[in-house]
This record gives sequence, C-alpha cells and structure tokens, in this order.
Amino acid sequence: MTSAILRVNPVAKLAVSFLLGITLVLTLDWVSATVAIVLESILFFWAGVSWRTFWLRTLPVWTAAPLVALTIALYGRVSGHSYFEWYLVQVTSGSITLAIATALRVLAIGLPAVVLFITIDPTDLADGLAQLVRLPARFVLGSLAALRLVGLFIDDWRSLELARRARGVADRGRLRRFAGQVFALLVLSIRRGSKLATAMEARGFGASGQRTWAREASFGSREWVLVALGVAIAAAAISASVLTGHWNFIGS
Amino acid sequence: MPISPTVRPARVDAVGFGWRHAGRRAWAVHDLDLVIEPGERVLLLGASGAGKSTLVSALAGVLGGDDEGERAGSLLIDGVGPAGSRGRAGLVLQDPDSQVILARIGDDVAFGCENLGVPRDEIWRRVAEALDAVGLDFPLDHSTSALSGGQKQRLALAGVLAMRPGLLLLDEPTANLDADGVSEVRDSVARSLDRTGSTFIVIEHRVEVWRSLVNRVVILSPDGGVLADGAPDDVLSANGAALAASGVWVPEFPPTVPARRTRASADALISAVELSVGRSSTVKSGIDLDLTAGGFLAITGSNGAGKSTLALTLGGLLRPVAGRVEASEEIATGISRRPIEWKSKQLLSRIGSVFQDPEHQFLSSTVRDELAVGPRALGLPPAEIDQRVEEVLERLRLDRLALANPFTLSGGEKRRLSVGTALATRPRVLVLDEPTFGQDSRTWRELVALISDLLDEGSSVAAVSHDAQFVAALATAEFAFAPTEVLR
Repeated sequence: MTSAILRVNPVAKLAVSFLLGITLVLTLDWVSATVAIVLESILFFWAGVSWRTFWLRTLPVWTAAPLVALTIALYGRVSGHSYFEWYLVQVTSGSITLAIATALRVLAIGLPAVVLFITIDPTDLADGLAQLVRLPARFVLGSLAALRLVGLFIDDWRSLELARRARGVADRGRLRRFAGQVFALLVLSIRRGSKLATAMEARGFGASGQRTWAREASFGSREWVLVALGVAIAAAAISASVLTGHWNFIGS
Repeated sequence: MPISPTVRPARVDAVGFGWRHAGRRAWAVHDLDLVIEPGERVLLLGASGAGKSTLVSALAGVLGGDDEGERAGSLLIDGVGPAGSRGRAGLVLQDPDSQVILARIGDDVAFGCENLGVPRDEIWRRVAEALDAVGLDFPLDHSTSALSGGQKQRLALAGVLAMRPGLLLLDEPTANLDADGVSEVRDSVARSLDRTGSTFIVIEHRVEVWRSLVNRVVILSPDGGVLADGAPDDVLSANGAALAASGVWVPEFPPTVPARRTRASADALISAVELSVGRSSTVKSGIDLDLTAGGFLAITGSNGAGKSTLALTLGGLLRPVAGRVEASEEIATGISRRPIEWKSKQLLSRIGSVFQDPEHQFLSSTVRDELAVGPRALGLPPAEIDQRVEEVLERLRLDRLALANPFTLSGGEKRRLSVGTALATRPRVLVLDEPTFGQDSRTWRELVALISDLLDEGSSVAAVSHDAQFVAALATAEFAFAPTEVLR
C-alpha cells in the first residue's frame, strides 16, 4: 500500500497542493507550518516514491528553505532584541522568528507539491483536466503533445552547438552565438510543432464531432480521501496555530 | 483473403482540381482530373514540385482553409469533400519523430479513434487489432520514445488503421528509415491492405519498395495534370528514363557512378587509435581506423550503434572518451595534433563536418550568405570569398537559389547546400552523416560525382551510411558496427 497516492487522479493531487499552499500562505507563524510538515511526512510514506528519489527531487526545496531563512534573518522586519548590526543588516529576535517561520513554510508548501507532482503522469493529468475540470480538449491535448517535443529540443540544442563549432563560428561572441542558437531552436521548434499539428489533424484532431476518451478519468473515493486528508491537514495547522495564539494573518 | 466488413474502400474523384499555397504565384497542383476506384492501389510519382504531397494532403483534409491557399475545381472522396469526411482518409507522413503524439503506444493508437468519437470499448478493440496488423508486439503502456524509426512509422500506421479509413495515404513513409525499417513498414502496409481492402495511395521516389504492392502508377506533371497513368510495368517502361532523369529511383535505370581516376593512398590524414566514443557513457570502444588521402571510409551498422557519435568524434567536435583521434602533420600544419583541441576556425580548413539534419547547420538567411560564413570566418579577402561562393553555387547547382532562404529549400537542395558550406572552406577531410538519406536519384548521383571528384583531388571522406548502393559506389574501406558489440 505504499503507492496508494500514485494511483490517485492528478486533478485531486493538484487540488490538494493548491489547498495546502493557499492555507499556509495566509499566516506567517511557525506552529501552523510545523504541524503541516509533521502531518504531511506521514502521508509521504504512501506516495510510492523511493527515499532516494524523494531526497533527490526535494533537494531544491531543502536548499531554498535555509537560504530564504538567512535572507530574512539578516534583512527581515526589525523587532525585539537586536543581536547584531552592520549597515543594512540587523539581526533581531523578531527577524529570527520570522526566518524560522518562513523556512518551515517553504518546506510545508514545497515538499508536498514536489511529491505530488513527481507522481503525476502527464497523460493522466491531461485526461483529468479535460474530463473532470472540463478544460477544452484542444488546449489540453495540444499542450500534452507539445510536452513530448521537449526531449527532441534537447537533442536539437546539442546538435546546434556542435554545428556552430563545425561552421567555424564558435570561437568568439559567446553571447551573440547563444542568442543565435536560441533563435535557431525557436525556428526548429516551430517547424516541428507544425509538423506535429499536421499529424494530429490527419488523425481527426479538431474534427467537429463529439470526442470520446479512451481512458476514463474518475474522481472516486480514493480522490476524495486525499482531498479530505488535505483539508484535515490544513484545518489542523490552522487550529493549532489559532489555539496556541500564534496565528499571524499575513499583512496584519 | 479475409476482407474486414467494417472498412468500405473509398473512391476518389478529382475534376479540374488545383491548389495554390497562400503567397505563392505558381499552383502546387493544377488542372488535375483523376478517378481512383475503390480498392485500387496507386503509386504516385512525379518530379519534385509536381504537387504529389499537396494532392495527398488535400485528400487527408490537412491542407487548411481559405486563408492558407486557393482551391480550384473539386476533389471528392465518395462524393464528399475531404473536410466533410474526416476519418475516411488516413495519412502517414515522412518524419517518424513528429508523428508520435502521446507517450504510451496504446494511447497513441487510440488518439485518432477518440477524435472520431468512437466508444471506449470499441477503441481498445481497434487498438489491439491495429497493433497486431502492424506487428508491434509491445504492452499498451510501452513508451513511444523507446521505439526505433521503423517502429514509430508502424505505430503511426496503426494509429491510422485504427480509424478504419477507406483510403490509406502514405507520403514517403520510408524516406528516413534504414533498409530494415523500410521492409518492416512495407510488410505491415501489405498485411493491413490485405485485411482491409482499402484504397491506397503512396508517394515514394524509390519505385522498387512499393512496385509489387500497387496495381496502378500515376505520374503527375509539374505543368499540371497527369503525365502518365496505367499498370506499373507499362508506365515504368514507357517513362522510366524520363522519371529517372527527374530524380525518381527506377530499378531499370540506376544512376550512373563515375569511375575513380586515382586510387586511395596509404597516407593517413586522420587516425583513430584505441578510440572510445560516447556522449555521457561509452557507446563503442577499441576503434582503430585511418582516413586516408583519396580514401572513402564507410561507417555502417544498425541504428543507435553510435555511428553518428563516431563521426562527430572524428570530425573534432566531440571529445574522445578514451584513446585518441590524431591528425597527421600534413593536416595539423604546426598546431596540436588533436582535432578536439583546435579552435573552431582552425577546424574549418582542416575537417569539414556535414550533419544528418542540414537545418541544424544553417546560420544565414540566404544561400549565398550561408556559403560565405566559413570563408568569412577564415578571414579571407572579399574577392576570394566571392569567388569561392560562386564556385560552390555553380558546382552544386544552387546558383538559381542564391538569394533564397536556406530553410525554404527542398530536401535535396538543403543537402547540397549543407555539403557546399563544408566545401567552401576546402578542408582536406570531410565527415558526412547519412548524406543520401531520403534523397532523390538526381541529388544522389550529383553527390556521388562530387565526392568522387574530391577523392581524386586527394581529399579524404568518411561517411556514416545505411545506403548500400552509396557505400558500394564509393567506399575504399568500411568500418562496420556489429549490433552485438554495443555496450549498454
């Protein structure tokens, strides 16, 4: 059962990420964020993500959190006892509290977002967005198909780079060459895109009749459970924060 | 032969049909009268620019609306315009990479059915049937990006077959494939046509691929209308020579190959010594070979074996993983003997590389400027640059196109231009990656003649190629990648 979350419809994952994000952005205190992190980490066990993958993919979040904290500790709003002063830098008890609260918040929003997103299959997400959220099929499927071209662009970029060396123009003007290469990639991608569009059209894409879906995107008990868990975590975080008197509505 | 009752072969009627792309003066297709009966199998031939692709695109309903061009006369499938009969015609195009739409093969095949509004249960029945017809024996969730070129084309074919079209259209479906890929696709088409009995139109400039499968050959005239039409043997014997001259590969009229005037010498200009090549990991090791003056080294072997990687490494563009690529003193002329250490400009007059996709190498907005890029980078005086550009323009029959944008050229013209850009700086060594891929017989003949001349002048050429005819015509040495030797 360690991969229960893996099979949940991506639309539900998206909804939960948004819910947690918005809830935690509303307040700036360390209690709500800590409660959220603790509860979320229990959920991670069912994410179907190996520990290696987990640490590797969330590494940016772990890096960002202390950096943000450091910045706020040094330059954040001044209040309470002052520990250290140097030009614009002023470390106070207020700024340190704020720094800790913010770092925890980055983790509390970032970690579940990353975990939920790396378990999303783009095709399933497109199915969900079109069938459940009722976004236009043309837009959703067009974006999905375009996503597949990204891999080709990476190959194109490499070839463009080597080709410039072969053409004798790779010695100087790094910046200009880079700009030229970006433009060349743009031209190539438009050409690839229009070829892909023709291939899609040749298979009846954009036809006037009603489209059917080969894969059913359903929003059933599994999805509701995840959403309920998300709501519960958000509620617990807010309650704990309000009850302990740490609730600090943003902007107040 | 069991004919599926669910496919009704389509009939095509063209009466005075014409199409002119927006912004063009000439009609791509002009004054075409043509009837194709249900179940007929037609090979569509014609010189480049005769409007074959335009006609097939029009039948598939992908030419676009009034803002993309002007239409004349009528073109009907079963008495209805193509736009009103979506799904009656299915089209497979040339480029394998740009026809894969979704990430899993089952979903990709299902895509067309979904668009036609086929019920879900029926879709998956059809997907299984179509994958079986093209012989793609993979699980439905197999990744489409893991397929070879030939398999991708068969996947595209399956996606079209699942729509159960009464008219199957193929536009040079095998031009980008190696010999194995070509026969894979041809056999799949043959099998599915036998099952469905649908009407079939294929564009292909290699006649022998489809000859045994079609029962009618139609040649379009560049001046509009039909040049010849009838049973394959009759049409080809009456028009074979003219077709061959216009670039069509007719087995009875193979392109001529000039005799070499000199022999390859034993002097190595570039040597690979215990070379291992790769990008992030080693794809091939223990390579020892020489590029000799007047010698043509063919690099052959199956797809994905690392041939292109070897070519890039020999061309001084990729760093060897181990071992070394060494230039002779004659080539290096006082600089380092390792091409990878040369500056881009120093490479220019020593080793020329021509990539598989010409578009990757284009830097300018006109053919003339494109050819001048190299000589200019060498710092040659303007008069000399002009002279070299003129010479290459003429030698490669590009003079008429001097002011055209390289990206707007035809496939053959792009190939000639990309070779021309390398020749303009007169390197002694030329490294080519699949120079004859998808080329018509005329461009092929010209490339062979040109390379033969270069070899006679004492240059050395190495070429990655799947083209057995090309290798047979020029190779003085061969380096074959055995598929089993590939390190994973």
